[in-house]
Amino acid sequence: MIRNILEQTDKVDAKLAVLSKSAKKHTIMLTRSALSSNDSDDEKASSPEDISALLEEERKEILHLKGLKNDLLEQCRDLTPADRVVLARLSNRPHITDFIDALFTDFFEQKGDHLYDEDPSIYGGIALFHGIPVTVLGHRKGSTVEENMACRFGMPCPEGYRKAMRLMGQAEKFGRPIITFIDTPGAYPGMEAEEHGQGEAIARSLAFMSHLSVPVISVVTGEGNSGGALALSVCNRMLMLENAVYSVLSPEGFASILWKDSSRHEEACALMKLTAADLYENGIVDEVIPEPRGGAQTDPVSVYRSIEDTIARHLKPLLKMSPKEITADRHKKFRKL
Amino acid sequence: MQFSRQKNMEEELNADPFITCKKCNRRSRKSQWVSHYYACPVCGKLKNVSASYRLSIIFDKGSIRIQDQNITSQDPLNFPGYKEKLQATREKTGLSESAVTATGKIGGQKVMCIILDSRFFMGSMSDAVGEKVTRGIEYATKHHLPLIIFAASGGARMQEGIFSLMQMAKTSDAVEEYSRNSGLYISVLTHPTTGGVTASFATLADITLAEPGALIGFAGPRVIEQTIGKKLPAGFQKSEYLYQHGFVDQIVPRENLRETLKSLLRLHGMKVKEA
Repeated sequence: MIRNILEQTDKVDAKLAVLSKSAKKHTIMLTRSALSSNDSDDEKASSPEDISALLEEERKEILHLKGLKNDLLEQCRDLTPADRVVLARLSNRPHITDFIDALFTDFFEQKGDHLYDEDPSIYGGIALFHGIPVTVLGHRKGSTVEENMACRFGMPCPEGYRKAMRLMGQAEKFGRPIITFIDTPGAYPGMEAEEHGQGEAIARSLAFMSHLSVPVISVVTGEGNSGGALALSVCNRMLMLENAVYSVLSPEGFASILWKDSSRHEEACALMKLTAADLYENGIVDEVIPEPRGGAQTDPVSVYRSIEDTIARHLKPLLKMSPKEITADRHKKFRKL
Repeated sequence: MQFSRQKNMEEELNADPFITCKKCNRRSRKSQWVSHYYACPVCGKLKNVSASYRLSIIFDKGSIRIQDQNITSQDPLNFPGYKEKLQATREKTGLSESAVTATGKIGGQKVMCIILDSRFFMGSMSDAVGEKVTRGIEYATKHHLPLIIFAASGGARMQEGIFSLMQMAKTSDAVEEYSRNSGLYISVLTHPTTGGVTASFATLADITLAEPGALIGFAGPRVIEQTIGKKLPAGFQKSEYLYQHGFVDQIVPRENLRETLKSLLRLHGMKVKEA
């Protein structure tokens, strides 16, 4: 259902863009003709009346299209879990680079695990959040085809997890809170990844994060699947965008393991309880961050502001806790699950 | 006369039946399998064994105390058909869950032992498995016992969804706490150890041992082949392969396991009797 709506809104958006551009041009033409009273040597030589009629027409059409778009987005009021999986995976959904640009200042990117390799599918560094130094990191899917390929669509190798541990270790050393953004189909299932200890790297990250003495806030922004997502989300507070999903495995993998048929993924979505609302109800997610109707991509700026406010609100009490209390707080969260 | 001889033969057969090896397809008498610690007497391929058998071959006689037998899966997602399947598996295996936790003695030294039994949902990690493993590790931390875990798992228990995933964090947290209290953790990876168990407590040990020929990995071979679009080399993700790539300290045949464990306990300053 959601794909259909998104296709239609995309078409409306395209029409709107063209119309707005031409309306803008006509407005400028009108202003110019008002300024120069005598006939100019404009070859088109349309009279101001013509332009103004045209403009009126365009404005009407724009209003009509905006109404149409609103009606379409209204249909997104009741989304199925499978619809949310589609939204969570949209390529034009805001990604970690957008969040870092919008929410932080003075970002200094850190690269490599300093053991073997650099894995671009984990992106992170040091930055200021509301003036406080923090370590920020997360999964990176990439926005262009080249980036997608380099980041394996957000599927890290062991080097990525070891890089994450290096960054988080420094955060602990310098007493910086850690903010992680979760958006991954899972850890990369490749030959080299296995040879380099994919399982061991994830396990180390889980154990390491469990005992960090600085606050960790994780924000699930897209899809969070399997150990590959959990490896960066052993946190004090888990926040989740309304249309993000978080689960033990991708719905396709889930259907493939249980029913030997990955095409039954929509059926799997319905059973997996992977939506933000489900996870909030189950006590795994601490707060759900609302998205604009139709998904975060329809109004990213409002999403940035909501995430920023929510992080700030959750970080404040955590900053007042002692290192021991921070570790105990995180232990308590996971021990009861 | 002939009838009774036939009957005798049948009785003899029932007492010592044949077991067929899954690898070489050769049949051998059960007694021969037993004397080879359930390695095929012909080709040496290991048969998956029950948790109680594992306990019996590493612990001193009469020293085993099973813990937390009442912890069972709660079906947190209300997954269709799961409750029934659980019940049927319980009846078939006599186990309440795939994890068996117990204390016992090795040469007189008390240890905490956790075993995943692959006959129960492929040793997959359920809420109950995570809880039992965590409690076992916490018990070892509290009582300063060495910890031995035999991993065997197909990974996460799909029917428990996100609750299965969260057990990875919980168990890893427990291992880290145990380790920070100077506990000795020996992990024995057995066939198969994959997915969420590989990516949590199984690979966080001080000493990592593996049984010969076990499949050990994070992603399953089928998924990897689909992703990279080519066939995997022979022996990929087997114990010997991990040993070559630096993720296993030693590969230990089953018959040497008790002696190896005794030696490791001794090397960590514990008193272990020879017998």
